[in-house]
Amino acid sequence: MATLNTAANFSDPDKRYFRAFSPGDDFYEALIDAHRELSDAQSALLNARLILLLANHIGDLNVVREALSIAREDV
Amino acid sequence: MLSTYGHPQYAYVPPVELRAGATRRYAVVVVGAGPVGLAAAIDLAQRGTPVLLLDDDDTVSVGSRGICYAKRALEVLDRLGVGDGCVAKGVSWNVGRTFFRDDEVYNFQLLSQPDHKRPGMINLQQYYLEEFLVKRAQELPLVDLRWKNKVVAVCQSDDLATLQVETPDGVYALETDWLIAADGARSSLRRMLNLEVEGKVFMDRFLIADVVMKADFPAERWFWFDPPFHRGQSVLLHRQPDNVWRIDFQLGWQADPEEEKKPEHVIPRIKAMLGDDRQFDLEWVSVYTFQCRRMRDFRHRRVLFVGDAAHQVSPFGARGANSGIQDADNLIWKLNLVLDRKAPETLLDSYAEERELAADENLMNSTRSTEFITPGSSASLTFRNAVLSLAGRYPFARALVNSGRLSVPSVLEGSSLNTPDSECFRGEMIPGAPMDDAPLREAGRELWLLDAVRDRFMLLCYVDTPAAVDATTLAALAPLGAAPVAVEVVLVAARDGVAPGGLRVLEDSAGRYAERYDARNGTAYLVRPDQHVSARWRTIDSERVLAALARAIGRV
Ligand SMILES: Cc1cc2nc3c(=O)[nH]c(=O)nc-3n(C[C@H](O)[C@H](O)[C@H](O)COP(=O)(O)OP(=O)(O)OC[C@H]3O[C@@H](n4cnc5c(N)ncnc54)[C@H](O)[C@@H]3O)c2cc1C
Repeated sequence: MATLNTAANFSDPDKRYFRAFSPGDDFYEALIDAHRELSDAQSALLNARLILLLANHIGDLNVVREALSIAREDV
Repeated sequence: MLSTYGHPQYAYVPPVELRAGATRRYAVVVVGAGPVGLAAAIDLAQRGTPVLLLDDDDTVSVGSRGICYAKRALEVLDRLGVGDGCVAKGVSWNVGRTFFRDDEVYNFQLLSQPDHKRPGMINLQQYYLEEFLVKRAQELPLVDLRWKNKVVAVCQSDDLATLQVETPDGVYALETDWLIAADGARSSLRRMLNLEVEGKVFMDRFLIADVVMKADFPAERWFWFDPPFHRGQSVLLHRQPDNVWRIDFQLGWQADPEEEKKPEHVIPRIKAMLGDDRQFDLEWVSVYTFQCRRMRDFRHRRVLFVGDAAHQVSPFGARGANSGIQDADNLIWKLNLVLDRKAPETLLDSYAEERELAADENLMNSTRSTEFITPGSSASLTFRNAVLSLAGRYPFARALVNSGRLSVPSVLEGSSLNTPDSECFRGEMIPGAPMDDAPLREAGRELWLLDAVRDRFMLLCYVDTPAAVDATTLAALAPLGAAPVAVEVVLVAARDGVAPGGLRVLEDSAGRYAERYDARNGTAYLVRPDQHVSARWRTIDSERVLAALARAIGRV
């Protein structure tokens, strides 16, 4: 059974990275940029849509359930 | 006045022009004796080129500015003769810790590999760095360092720049073939030449306090997000020499800088952080806003911009002076070849090309760190705190925590000076990469690769046994030493031994060279005077080496 991968996992096949922090920083910048100039309500909607898209891409419900339960810890 | 440091006052000497009257023509003038201008002048003089260095002041950096100097800058400072002094005085460190609210969520090691001469970082007040550089410059007869000489006007044509310089005794004019503008973030040369600098100011303020106290905190970088003693903001703690501790408090945009600087506001903040009973004295306090910006072009005909004059970054990452020193490192060997008429003037465009690329990388990293530390929107803040709340338990989130990506040199991957690989290599030492260090042995004496390989073009030929180098190989290497820009050939050998033809042999005593450079018998690296890889091959072929050399000096 597949389990949730919580190790650092970002990559870009088109790019050669020289520093370990760079792929994660590329992702984070794209994420923050996607929210630029949005109201809080618009940001919340964007986040919801993003989660739906990514969850569908993962597909395996065991993995999705594990992520949901970690996300809820300490919230 | 500082209690731990007395600023030297350097003597102003009336310039020869005001005594003799005539306008003189110089080959190179450097404006600004900050860390970058000093590095440039020392490097030129060490290469045998006379240089005039002008500064409008008569002392070193006032107040608390740069403190963290990274491994690559230390390697350049080694080349300039001040590395040992800086490291001996400085506090070396490799570990950074990040806290979120009450807990440590993440820590990192700057240097993941053993067997490098220099540590990941040292902390040293900027005035010490400048003082050591000034002392070195004053040892070099070819550096004419003039204090209280302020450039007040500049103009240039295709083949020279003309300056007006103001001194306590009046104004004089001079002409120069090349002008290096190292006059800092508010560069007056930039303004006088009507050039723009583009970028953004971050809407936040930081209180920078230097505190003298006896404390046994380890020599590490500690960064807090939203700590209990400074809610909703970030705090950074660094140890410096002389029992001086640097504390940065994020204040928010609304803070009033004049009010915040007053001891009655600063002291309670520090007490809240340290606990009430610890004794400390305030050494220096200032409030900063930070910017990330750069000039579009670092070269404007006869004028070459370096350091803060060319680019300015927020300090999260310590990329200011560190990158400025690398600007000088990149520029000076090129300028020297141009002055000696061994390379075309267009080689200087490669300075601009390579260092603009490096500046973009520095700006990108500092901008990202600033966004993480001072989120610009509530969505950004929510993500930031989500990352921090996951970081304690989940490694992927730790990798996203960005309290400053500390200065590392750029890999000049796409540079037009590189010769692309035509054979297969593993590892990091691609053309354009800054060289990794390695411990070596020469005639029984320990030495570091980066102390042995510098200041000139070199061909490092890796062999299993020095004595096995045959006559054909030797003959093939002969033209390299005789090229107009000579290439010094050195053997790096798996085993010690004597090479025929008196070739220098460096023994790869710990095997790190072979490992880091993916070297095997016959592997050759052409390296630049600034310790970057130009080209590499699996066999030694002097035709290919000469072609790569021509490319690396802009002759193609
Ligand atoms: C709070 C803070 C923390 C920092 N921390 C770090 C750090 O940890 N690590 C790091 O690498 N960097 C750090 N920096 C950045 C670092 O201080 C600068 O990048 C560095 O000083 C730039 O050096 P420079 O030689 O280009 O310019 P400067 O140091 O600004 O020197 C410019 C010189 O030019 C002279 N000058 C100016 N105009 C004229 C003129 N018209 N004629 C003659 N002389 C002139 C000035 O007097 C000055 O001496 C920090 C900066 C700040 C503010």
